[in-house]
Amino acid sequence: MNILHVLFRSSVGKKVTMAVSGFILFGFVIGHLTGNLQIFSNPDKINSYAHFLESLGSALWAIRLFLLTTLVVHVWLAAQLTIENRQARKTGYRQQVTLRATLASRYMRWTGVIVFLFIVYHLLHFTVRVTHGPEAYPMTVLVDGTPVRDVHSMMILGFQEPLIAIFYLVSVGLLSWHLSHGLVSMFQSVGLKTRTWAHFLERTVWVVCILYFIGNAAIVLAAMTGQVRIQNPQAVGFACRTDCEVCGARNAEALAETGAHSEENQS
Amino acid sequence: MILDSKIPSGPLEKKWDKHVMDGKLVNPANKRKYEVIVVGTGLAGASAAATLAELGYSVNAFTFHDSPRRAHSIAAQGGINAAKNYQNDGDSVYRLFYDTVKGGDFRSREANVYRLAQVSANIIDQCVALGVPFAREYGGLLANRSFGGAQVSRTFYARGQTGQQLLLGAYSGLSRQVGLGNVRMNANHEMLELVLIDGHARGIITRNVITGAIERHSAHAVVLATGGYGNVFYLSTNALNSNVTAAWRAHRKGAAFANPCYTQIHPTCIPVSGEYQSKLTLMSESLRNDGRIWAPKKKGDNRPADQIPEDERDYYLERKYPSFGNLAPRDISSRAAKEACDEGRGVGETGLGVYLDFKDAIARLGESAIRERYGNLFDIYHEITGERAYQQPMRIYPAVHYTMGGLWVDYNLMSSIPGCFVLGEANFSDHGANRLGASALMQGLADGYFVLPYTIPHYLADVPRDPAPPTDHPEFVKAEEDVANRTNALLSNNGKQTVRSFHKRLGKIMWDKCGMARNRSGLEEAIKLIPELRQEFDEDVCVPGTADNLNQSLEIAGRVSDFFELGELMCRDALAREESCGGHFREEHQYPDGEAKRDDENCAHVAAWEWKGKGEAPALHKETLEYDAVKMVTRSYK
Amino acid sequence: MKVTLRVWRQKDGDSAGKFEEYEAEGLNPNMSFLEMLDVVNEDLTTKGEDPIAFAHDCREGICGTCSCMIDGKPHGPETGVTTCQTYMRSFNDGDLITVEPFRASAFPVQKDLITDRSAFDSVVQAGGFITARTGSCEDANALPIGKEIADLAMDAAACIGCGACVAACKNSSAMLFVSAKAGQLNLLPQGQPEKDSRVLNMVATMDEAGFGNCTNQYECSAACPKLISEEFISKLNRDYLAASVKSAFKASAL
Repeated sequence: MNILHVLFRSSVGKKVTMAVSGFILFGFVIGHLTGNLQIFSNPDKINSYAHFLESLGSALWAIRLFLLTTLVVHVWLAAQLTIENRQARKTGYRQQVTLRATLASRYMRWTGVIVFLFIVYHLLHFTVRVTHGPEAYPMTVLVDGTPVRDVHSMMILGFQEPLIAIFYLVSVGLLSWHLSHGLVSMFQSVGLKTRTWAHFLERTVWVVCILYFIGNAAIVLAAMTGQVRIQNPQAVGFACRTDCEVCGARNAEALAETGAHSEENQS
Repeated sequence: MILDSKIPSGPLEKKWDKHVMDGKLVNPANKRKYEVIVVGTGLAGASAAATLAELGYSVNAFTFHDSPRRAHSIAAQGGINAAKNYQNDGDSVYRLFYDTVKGGDFRSREANVYRLAQVSANIIDQCVALGVPFAREYGGLLANRSFGGAQVSRTFYARGQTGQQLLLGAYSGLSRQVGLGNVRMNANHEMLELVLIDGHARGIITRNVITGAIERHSAHAVVLATGGYGNVFYLSTNALNSNVTAAWRAHRKGAAFANPCYTQIHPTCIPVSGEYQSKLTLMSESLRNDGRIWAPKKKGDNRPADQIPEDERDYYLERKYPSFGNLAPRDISSRAAKEACDEGRGVGETGLGVYLDFKDAIARLGESAIRERYGNLFDIYHEITGERAYQQPMRIYPAVHYTMGGLWVDYNLMSSIPGCFVLGEANFSDHGANRLGASALMQGLADGYFVLPYTIPHYLADVPRDPAPPTDHPEFVKAEEDVANRTNALLSNNGKQTVRSFHKRLGKIMWDKCGMARNRSGLEEAIKLIPELRQEFDEDVCVPGTADNLNQSLEIAGRVSDFFELGELMCRDALAREESCGGHFREEHQYPDGEAKRDDENCAHVAAWEWKGKGEAPALHKETLEYDAVKMVTRSYK
Repeated sequence: MKVTLRVWRQKDGDSAGKFEEYEAEGLNPNMSFLEMLDVVNEDLTTKGEDPIAFAHDCREGICGTCSCMIDGKPHGPETGVTTCQTYMRSFNDGDLITVEPFRASAFPVQKDLITDRSAFDSVVQAGGFITARTGSCEDANALPIGKEIADLAMDAAACIGCGACVAACKNSSAMLFVSAKAGQLNLLPQGQPEKDSRVLNMVATMDEAGFGNCTNQYECSAACPKLISEEFISKLNRDYLAASVKSAFKASAL
């Protein structure tokens, strides 16, 4: 029996693949969150972390490719399973009640789709960096003088726009909800969930998902409400104190300048 | 008609081995040339089909259910007997044999019963190997419980679902053979006629109940494992579709019908609650291990059970039968319940019920132990009645449960039609006048796993190895025409009364006149009433729909029309048997204390009836029962 | 009491079906749901109409023949019972009750409320057995099986093959049925030699039959008249995964 055939063709195998790809993606989002939480530390911390990642070069691309493939497999199989499941009942019921399926489990497709769209936007926003003008992506220097991207300021700038911040909040909320079913489900799909510890697993997953949401929401809310502030004098939005006229004027000038730049570029 | 039981000579313990050794064999290479039709996929049919296929025969299996797993063997709750002596309580093949013969009120064939006891142990081995999850003790060994009519614990069980587990075991073996292509499985096919060529059973006519297609199937031998006929009473513990048609069609083609009047009335069923009732539900006899049966001492005492003080309760089984007590055999327990109710001491709205009380057992063992043993039965009781038996006693009443009678077969399980074998409840052979609890499963599997596979070659070895007869043979054409004519007659009747209403009326006659107690005048009246009802049925029954698709009304109509003839025969048999024995209680034949009075001098025989044509009185043939190993004694459980 | 039934009527597998309404009057709360249908059918028959075809047999909740989606739930409103053990006391006087067949592409409708569930038989034929030739078995007590394992196997074995799991599943998945069948045998020592081929073959046959995929919502278990646990699905997944990995790397005889 061909193992690929099992994993991508059989119903049980597909669920295993969903579980494994889901688990990889879960591992990634946890790592990602841990990295991002460095925003609450000295800006150099997160900036040098980002710089370290970028300096990996081809290794970074390998990781990106791996994660992307995992995501594609996860989404592709989800689509395939959905189509098969529709096929399995061509004539529906006039009436059908839900007996014990959780809300999260019933909306996996929708939360999945929204999270997927969010990921696309998020990549364009912070990885490809095309959703905003150059003022949204400032540079800075580390203590040792290395010029690096100022991820710290970039994030704060990003979340200072209320609509974007809310979109991020909603999306990570849905992702947490998605995970609340997905994490338990993956143990079931690979056959590790048993009655003995199912209850414990379910509780733990809830705690993990809530913590995950809190961690992400904290970043967005802190940036949105000014709890973490831009500390790079070069970056738009930096202010040495809230009522500093010098900084305010410089920011306004920089904004006007980049605005003019982009207009020039367009013409 | 000559009834040759073909019982081998020699000492009882050696008969079966000798018979196997003396019989003919079919060469392994030739087995596949023999086609065997197996009708019915219950314990007997499924085990026979699987085993015959394993041996190499070409098997064609039929069931009218949508799947072989639905056969009514699945509903047996309590357990299966086997002489394993795992409890070290003195059980043995001989003791199981003796208990069964005695339980059957000395009206069964000694040699058959001994063989049954001999192979009983192999059945358990076989079922365990197939993965049947029998109850076990903590050390991993098999558990046993005791059952009515025995003083040893020899009953193996799987919660309250023993029949289900055994059937699923047999079904899994059958499924394996179907998957291998050794058995052709025809689900949704109801057998409507047996086809004889030159006096030998050579095929059947079936109706596909989904498409309505009438089909001809030929073979070298036909095995009927089609169950019992308790539904002649309309209300019984049988599944609603259980019927006598296959057996009856064979009877009309020349197979003798033996002891049709032996009907088992099971003592522990949930009482009838209303006119609309379609079926009665059994509460496993195993409940009598811990439950105590009682009725109020006072007539018409309608106080709730818990307000009747201990000294006003009559634990009548313990009183009358101190050594067996609540584990007295089924016929005796049933009659005792009927007596209590006839005296006006019945409980419940209808007054047709007695109490089965677990109060003492719960006090002694705790509710959890009782739940562990009988939880699912208590649940069933709650589902049906809305009452919880942990808090108040169950109400029970006897109901028709099993029919010991059936097609007459010889020691090889072959009916009086050569080539037509009959297994399980459909035959008459092993239970005599009363079946002990947990023996039906044993007999069904014994017949299918360990008897027929040894005896069928005795017949087949003499059958030419030519292909099975062509289905365009005139006998097939004629049989199919008969089926078509019967179907058309039913459908074109355009009467006003439903099949069910007739079935109910027949059932009432049978229950009143040929039920737990019978007497001459009642039986004579029934023999007059039934043909009249049959006449009315023929003239005024209304069967809607057509024959060319799924038509449940038509299916039932065919079955009920066969029940009329069977019902009449049962009454004739009950009338002819001038004694009381086991499930057959003639009011004229009882001791002053109400116990059954057997007549060994004149009635120690099998009554085998021969069909003489519609409207003709059937002919009675008697096969004398000879007891060499045991002495017929008055059956006492006191 | 009295209820109105909204019943799916379909002449045969090839015809289109539709809902029809029937009044059922003079009912008793102690009637079973099927006895209520009997009353309606008696009435239809005497009126010269075609009675409602519904699957039923033992009427004591064990044969698994009865089916029916009643008010959106397989086997009706109660938990852990079959349609035949559903009683009218579970409904209110004057209720409108919707009765539909079990719906799944793998269970085509044959007439009215009757569907073809033979796909389950195919799954069992593919591996739901232990190969044990009649007469060749050792003594039953030669192989002790701990009570815990025996009890767990019995939990799985309680399956009556009614198909409620498929009917309840939003995806028409047969995983609970297949896992109960495979699980019973895989738990027992007798079932070990064929364990791997059993799960691989049963799952392959299940997939071919056109059932949907499990999304771990456990509607099946909640609708199961025997309340079989979804734990067996987990076990099937585990056994299947192990069997697949093993079969990918195993040494094979020539």
